[in-house]
Amino acid sequence: MSAAPLLVALVQVTVAVVLAPLVIGVTRQTRARLEGRVGPGVLQPARDLRKLIGKTPLRAAGTSPMTVVAPVVLLTSSLLLAALVPLVAALPLALVPGDLFVVVSVLLVGTVAIALLGLDGGSAFGGMGSSRHMTIAALVEPTVLVAVYALSIPVGSSALPLIVAARRDHPASIASPAGVLAVVALAIVVLAETGRLPIDNPSTHLELTMIHEAMVLETSGRDLAWVDLASWLRLSVLLGLVGNLLLPWGVAGSAAPGPVLLGALALAGKLALLAVLLATVEVAMAKLRLFRVPELLAGSFVLAFLAVTASYLVA
Amino acid sequence: MTALAGGLLAQGALATLAVLVAVSARGRARNLLAGVACAALSAAGAVSGALALSGATVTLRMATALPGAELVLAPDRLGGLLMLLVGSVGFLASVYAIGYVHGASASRTQWAALALFLLGMQLVPAAGDVVAFLLAWELMAAASTVLVLAEQAHRPAARQAAVWYAVMTHLSFVLLLAGFAALSATGGTTSFAGLAGTDAARPGATAAFVLLVVGFAAKAGVAPLHVWLPRAHPEAPSHASALMSAAMVSLGAYGILLVGIRLLPGGPTWWSVLLTALGAGSAVHGILHAGVATDLKRLLAYSTSENLGLVVAAIGLTMLLRTHHVPGAAGAALVAALLLLVSHAAFKSTLFLGAGAVLRATGERDLDRMGGLAHAMPWTAATFGVGSLGAAALPVTGGFVAEWTLLQALIHGVRPADRVVAVVVPLTLGLIALTAGLALVTFVKAFGIAFLARARSVTALAATEAPPSMRAAMVLGAVGVLALGVLPGPVAAAAASAIGVDGVRVAGLGGVELTGVGAVLSPAALVGLGAVVALPALALVLVVARRRPATTDVLGWGCGGVRTSPRMQYNATSYAEPVMRIFDDALQPRRDVVVTHVGESAYLAERVRFAQHHDDVVEVRLYRPLVAAADALADRARRVQNGSVNRYLAFSFTALVVVLLVVVA
Repeated sequence: MSAAPLLVALVQVTVAVVLAPLVIGVTRQTRARLEGRVGPGVLQPARDLRKLIGKTPLRAAGTSPMTVVAPVVLLTSSLLLAALVPLVAALPLALVPGDLFVVVSVLLVGTVAIALLGLDGGSAFGGMGSSRHMTIAALVEPTVLVAVYALSIPVGSSALPLIVAARRDHPASIASPAGVLAVVALAIVVLAETGRLPIDNPSTHLELTMIHEAMVLETSGRDLAWVDLASWLRLSVLLGLVGNLLLPWGVAGSAAPGPVLLGALALAGKLALLAVLLATVEVAMAKLRLFRVPELLAGSFVLAFLAVTASYLVA
Repeated sequence: MTALAGGLLAQGALATLAVLVAVSARGRARNLLAGVACAALSAAGAVSGALALSGATVTLRMATALPGAELVLAPDRLGGLLMLLVGSVGFLASVYAIGYVHGASASRTQWAALALFLLGMQLVPAAGDVVAFLLAWELMAAASTVLVLAEQAHRPAARQAAVWYAVMTHLSFVLLLAGFAALSATGGTTSFAGLAGTDAARPGATAAFVLLVVGFAAKAGVAPLHVWLPRAHPEAPSHASALMSAAMVSLGAYGILLVGIRLLPGGPTWWSVLLTALGAGSAVHGILHAGVATDLKRLLAYSTSENLGLVVAAIGLTMLLRTHHVPGAAGAALVAALLLLVSHAAFKSTLFLGAGAVLRATGERDLDRMGGLAHAMPWTAATFGVGSLGAAALPVTGGFVAEWTLLQALIHGVRPADRVVAVVVPLTLGLIALTAGLALVTFVKAFGIAFLARARSVTALAATEAPPSMRAAMVLGAVGVLALGVLPGPVAAAAASAIGVDGVRVAGLGGVELTGVGAVLSPAALVGLGAVVALPALALVLVVARRRPATTDVLGWGCGGVRTSPRMQYNATSYAEPVMRIFDDALQPRRDVVVTHVGESAYLAERVRFAQHHDDVVEVRLYRPLVAAADALADRARRVQNGSVNRYLAFSFTALVVVLLVVVA
């Protein structure tokens, strides 16, 4: 196995870690501007992170070692995700070729870690958030896999780098019905998995409507820093994936410094674009009632299924 | 005499020894001696299985009292794999039982039944002809019924469970008997070697296939024939539940493999579609009920129904893809079926053993009354956690690799031009994905509610860790789950060669490469990559943690108030509430809310009682009418037997006259 794809993977992780707080900063700033506020600036999440890392965590009585371990597991899962998903370059690793099933399962390890973290706090809210979070994760699963199925039919493989590379080399497939439907279905999944509107409101202060925030209610100090960084990474990586599926230009096809640098810049541009778009859509949208969420997810499943049907028609 | 023949004979000898020890030894000595003998019996089974899997062959013939009918033991490589699986689970369960059994489950009968159960299970995959197969099958069924009855003296539910189990298992036996009779009549022999590859177009083949598949599906716990599982597993002692759930049901799946792949290959498309639908339906049904179950062992029982459903669906897909000429994906699906079986055996035995440890420590099977057990039972918590990861098919466990293989088979089973394949494959994929998602909820619930947070009852607070023999068995099981997950390559390659599939190679350090579909997975490399990216993060975590240690024992958030009652935590019922609500139509729960008001006020409540109950819809709709009809029929039959001696004498006389008339005529 040559070292080049591994190096590129490490570059991707670094780029993602740098960009993740900025992506959150851009969404918050955009939202603030659209709501007529000045906003704290795009660097605020990074400053928050530094502050939290320096703080002593408080842990509730009766918590188990899970409270210490879960944030680190979540962070590891997000970092691994950044290494596996083609963000800067579409170079499959020889033994772990960024297969979407593997990517999804790495994502789910993080999902499970944070759900257990929520339960371990021993408060009513943690369990509530955890239960809702896992239910949504369960309902998202069919959409993800069927959408992947649709995307993999033209390529003959479920490896993400191959799918992205194929779309880059044959731009016609991006606008094909199958491609569009599958990416829309995936975009809804990304919103659900990362706890954005209309499924979850990341800026809510009302415990009963929380999902993600309820799980981290008992988490503080550096524990919270790891959870926050991991969640931001997860959002950035998944947005980057959607960006690369929609606009696969700029994704490096080799490990040479030039294309990789170009890929990193292209990634930053796509992420900025998607972050602004996300914030704009979120301003215009209210949170769905929790028990309407399954309907949305069922809708996304139907889109994914239509994508499969459409890909049959093409093939 | 070859080593394999020696292994098979040793099993018989060790089983006899175990029964003798169980009957003669007393008190604690019995537990130790009989446990060791049972463990040796299982080890002999595992070793013979490994030998058969590696290609050793032997044919043992035993004459019987009936002329012309002999019992043949001739394990093939697939049988060897199953023997290895059953033997390994048996070994864990026997070691565990030494520390676990107490009271009724430590009796002579129970230990003797355990030994016979193990022997029966290990002989089923060794059988080389129909007669030996059915005899071993019946030994297994009868001995396991005795095990289910262990607690019958003070638990009426155990008697109920045993009746359901006995009826279902014997219905299955009757169907198998009829099915094998039809098959033998079609093929003209009773030996499996002679029956292999029987032409599916011959008359009688369809009847044989349907009878055998239904019979085996009942043993495998595939819905709608699963009704005995959620009754028998909770009531049996936990080592017996582990054996039944991890090993015995696998033999049901082995039977389906035997029929669908070896004896009657190349059947019509509807056979494979039937199997796929049966399997996928069972998977979704099982996991839905597991998702809302609050009894830990019932939850595990339903999850077994789910996992075996996945296995059956994978077998169905193999047959479908083979008849429709997609050999690469068919091979992958078949390997997936075997990997699912093996990984299920590993994680389900670990989970049942863990559930047994919890039951022993707290006397509770109800998740709603557990909580915080990770403090008192760290070993049990860790091993149960690993088992849960396996059941939720997360990396790096055997469950994940198995599911990945199945999904690869589905992804590469694309044939847009072939209508049946084009419809069945994506639908199955959707159902399997839903199953996988719900399995996540189920096992986060099972582990999180039982082991994390704070104790929800006094008994959970007073729990203590399990004794060493139980711990050893649980740790071995958990190590098995992880080993299958990190180094699946050799296992997958062995399974593929056992069933005659080429196209599976070992990639890198113990990874799997499916050359037939061009997919590769190396969990070891994934772990390595994870370690590389996590190292800087971990270093940072450690540095920061050393500089500022955490403050523990602070009050949790209670909206500004002090809300410390553990009853305010989410429990298993509330955790599953969203699932229950979303799948309301499929689960049909009955809710009972009683509000007691303060005085005359309609707004102030003094107390609210909430009770929720749900029955299995299959049971209500399908089995209750059947049981009622059988009851009515039995009532009619009873009128003939009224206890009058005169009437019985009249019956005998009439029968005699009829016989004489027949003989004369």
